[in-house]
Amino acid sequence: MKPIHIKKEAFGPAMAKAMETYAVAGPVPDREDAKRRHLFRCLEKGETPDLEYTATQLSPKALLFPQAETMFRFKVPSGGKKAPFLEAESFKERPLAVVGIRPYDARAFDMLTLNFDSKDYKDPFFLKRCHQMVRVGLADTTLKDTNFSTACGTGPFDTTALDILLAKTEDAYIGTVITAKGKSFAAAAGFEAGSAEDTKALARMKQEAESRMRPGPDFSALADADTLDLHGEDHWARLAFSCINCGSCTFSCPTCWCFDIQDEVTGNDGVRLRLWDTCMTDLYSAHASGHNPRQERFKRFRNRFMHKLKYFPDKYGQGIMCVGCGRCIDNCPVGIDIRTIIGEMNAKAAGAAKAAGTAKTGGTDKATEAAS
Amino acid sequence: MELNDTLRDIAKKLLEEGRVDAVLGFRQSSLAHMTEPFLATTAEQADQLVFNSCCRMNLAVYLTPDLFRSGRPESGKKSPRVAVTAKGCDSRNIVTQIQENRYKRDQVHIIGLPCTGMADKAKLLAAAPEGIDTITEKNGTLILSRDGKETVVSKTEVLQSNCLSCIIRNPVIRDEMAGDPVPELDMDSHPDRFADVAEIEALSPADKAGFFETLVSDCTRCYACRNACPLCYCPVCFVDESRPQWVGKTIAPTDVMAFHLLRAFHDAGRCTDCGACEAACPMDIPMRAFTRKTIKDAREGFGWETGMDLNLRPPLDRFDLKDPGDFIR
Repeated sequence: MKPIHIKKEAFGPAMAKAMETYAVAGPVPDREDAKRRHLFRCLEKGETPDLEYTATQLSPKALLFPQAETMFRFKVPSGGKKAPFLEAESFKERPLAVVGIRPYDARAFDMLTLNFDSKDYKDPFFLKRCHQMVRVGLADTTLKDTNFSTACGTGPFDTTALDILLAKTEDAYIGTVITAKGKSFAAAAGFEAGSAEDTKALARMKQEAESRMRPGPDFSALADADTLDLHGEDHWARLAFSCINCGSCTFSCPTCWCFDIQDEVTGNDGVRLRLWDTCMTDLYSAHASGHNPRQERFKRFRNRFMHKLKYFPDKYGQGIMCVGCGRCIDNCPVGIDIRTIIGEMNAKAAGAAKAAGTAKTGGTDKATEAAS
Repeated sequence: MELNDTLRDIAKKLLEEGRVDAVLGFRQSSLAHMTEPFLATTAEQADQLVFNSCCRMNLAVYLTPDLFRSGRPESGKKSPRVAVTAKGCDSRNIVTQIQENRYKRDQVHIIGLPCTGMADKAKLLAAAPEGIDTITEKNGTLILSRDGKETVVSKTEVLQSNCLSCIIRNPVIRDEMAGDPVPELDMDSHPDRFADVAEIEALSPADKAGFFETLVSDCTRCYACRNACPLCYCPVCFVDESRPQWVGKTIAPTDVMAFHLLRAFHDAGRCTDCGACEAACPMDIPMRAFTRKTIKDAREGFGWETGMDLNLRPPLDRFDLKDPGDFIR
């Protein structure tokens, strides 16, 4: 954990220097006329990540998991004379340094990895990018009201998923180098060493930022809750009433990882694509038979929250599938707040646990039966 | 009496007297600048109903066959009756849905809301970058409070752009009003009404293509615009058809443009410019640039203004020798 101190005017040249070794991605204003919105993307030579940004409407997940990605190309043989042809998409990307990522968004990358690097399946595209990637975080000192990242076990200054953490002060970016990968990047960019003062200032800023955060939701009762109790229909239809089943929450979510596979063929040339998908749509769960287990709107809504707050923690044992970035709350056109949903689910779970305790039933484990 | 009190009293009375099975309206969301569409089925729930400058969604979206099926079973009625709170634009969409045989006029009880426009979410947040705890409305101003500090903005300055060219602020059909009707803006024949469209029409074909491509370049195809739209009620949208699949699912310009253009044409003669699509868009895409053109064309080609009269048939399902459009002669 080595302190670093970069004067703001030295940051642009440092990035130019880093670009000699790394491809650099970072937050940049999306359009000149849309100052309030920044997007994460790979930068061209001469561009610098804009660390003065406050928030991005979309998470940086597309850097690891693009919205549309070519998996391979193929030729459809005509006339049955030629053999089918298949060519894997070659991976030519340079090691990518993501500069200015929020610490909780970086934590979300680790959650995505659970899905793309499983025992049974290792996704070559995702993993290659992920292993090469350097994560240079920017502490969030302009937290939105909707951010509840500390309640989700991460936070505005969380270093667990970062290689370097930076924080913005009046005239400099101060921070700390966390990993060997971070050390290499700091060397390539020529980041200047900081002092013990910087370390102290960073700790003070962390405490100050976290103390300003509003209390987050409580989901303590969800882990031991009965899956089928939480799944019950009545309250979900009520909670889901306003949901229009668009994909603004899932597409802006840093931890939503679902995708669809499509073949696009023009003449004899084909390409297989992997595309973001969203469980909010009817098509997502439509079976080839025509049957759809989630025909009603509220069932799709229920699935999203049950997956994030119950199925995922039960399966991986690593907490909920949410880093509390608050984008789904900010982006929801009908004012649905995941904190409210967590609150309702937790209250239901706590109520059920209390009732079970009073009746001294205990022992029956419907969740285990349902899962088996 | 405050409009919200009147609104709640009306809703409670309707529910208590059993004249309706549910009241569809808005309630305050967890964020000060947001409201949430809400279905009150008891007098107690009716106390949550609100109407303010943040009721951007169009409630006609929720008047679905499912809603008319899902009334209280104990009421013993075959088809439940639903009361709906409606702004001017919402009411025009209700007219359109009735014309399109979605439901019958007597299935909905319309509680009219006099509307002075909706506050643009982005403009509100820009006016109060520190955040907003509460919003109070008073004499054409919005008071945005944060930790005791107040920012006062004029409502006109933060209005959604569609509200600035609104032609009907009071509901065209209603069973009762929750407040006194507000004066109309007389924008329907205003020379500047379609100035925005004329500006795009004046571009060369190549510039026009470039304009629209830039316009939708941030689209993630989340379909919030479509799902917030009371016109988009097809059982399966053309972009979701999979057998056969008509449109690619990528975010390449061709696929994105196919979605937006086809949707706009599908809304021709049906769009009321309620602005729900733009209010719903998480990427702030001004996609009304597409639908505004269809509104202008419907007016110029067919003398048609959407959803103004239950007794008229829409321009695309009737033949009229007196259509003003010379192009069909």
